[in-house]
Amino acid sequence: MSGDRDTKSFEQRLAEAQDNANPDGARAASAHKSVAAGSNAINLAMRLGVELVAAMVIAVGIGWGLDRLFHTKPWLMVLMVPVGMAAGLRNLIRAVGPQAKG
Amino acid sequence: MAGPSIDALGQFQLTPGLGPLGRAIHFTNSNEAMLAAAIIIVLVFSAGLRARALVPGRAQALVEILYEFVRNMCTETIGEGGMRFFPLVFTLFSFILLGNLIGLFPYFFAFTSHIAVTLTLALFVFLFSTGVGFYTHGFRFFKFFVPAGVPIWLLPLLVPIEIISYLSRPVSLSVRLFANMTAGHVMWEVFAGFMLLLTASFGVFGVIASVLPFGLNIALAALELLVAGLQAYVFAVLTCLYLHDAVHMH
Repeated sequence: MSGDRDTKSFEQRLAEAQDNANPDGARAASAHKSVAAGSNAINLAMRLGVELVAAMVIAVGIGWGLDRLFHTKPWLMVLMVPVGMAAGLRNLIRAVGPQAKG
Repeated sequence: MAGPSIDALGQFQLTPGLGPLGRAIHFTNSNEAMLAAAIIIVLVFSAGLRARALVPGRAQALVEILYEFVRNMCTETIGEGGMRFFPLVFTLFSFILLGNLIGLFPYFFAFTSHIAVTLTLALFVFLFSTGVGFYTHGFRFFKFFVPAGVPIWLLPLLVPIEIISYLSRPVSLSVRLFANMTAGHVMWEVFAGFMLLLTASFGVFGVIASVLPFGLNIALAALELLVAGLQAYVFAVLTCLYLHDAVHMH
């Protein structure tokens, strides 16, 4: 019990000390948040571009490999291009869509 | 005029490290940086955990903040049972973060600026999360590639799209980290090269004009610090996301 009361008073004292040491803490926190939001936007743009291209690269690579295997150059690669585009868009939708996680 | 020229990519060259022994076993400067990152992590953590005080000192607070940051990431992103993967996520996060950070120092090598390194890390994450998926769900994990609530005649079209989308994960994971680190270091080198070119071409006026690229490089240093932390975070959070998909399927 006494330990419980001790930690409580410690947290109160800590909060008071923080308030005294940093009176404009709220302002600093909001500035920090806006910086984080800006970097998130850059980060998101970067991520989406890479997602779009990565699916395309994989699809074309698979098409090219299968073409070499079956000697059907260039038809499977051509076939895989729209599939790669669609997969890239799928990646985009998954990254920013309504049920986006993270 | 044979003045200095800008060699932006020379900094990524691998050279033998650790003298003749390193040359014999193909130990490069990249491996040196990896070893340094691992040693720094172990040293920082052993220093931070030695005190085990109730009110943490600086080193202990650093360690505890890192621990809680990654633990929150695990429990929030992976969801239930996320702490099982905490060691993996924490190792990846701290290794990439240290690699990015020590790469920012002069004479140190940024090993995350090589696609061979980032692709290896990303492929490991990819194979591991796929393995976790099959371990948790068995062959029902293949249903991950079959979107729910779709008419059956659309499936031949949609399943390849889902599979390619899944296979593109390691590519986007590795290219993102590699591209960010490489781009930052190249920009640094180019602006520093501008300073050399200006002084070589215009003498005193060039020295005065060099203040401009120098200021840009200082601003870039701050940006690179942000990018180093951010990319380590993004890599770790996407690892968590893939593990979430593997454990919970959607």
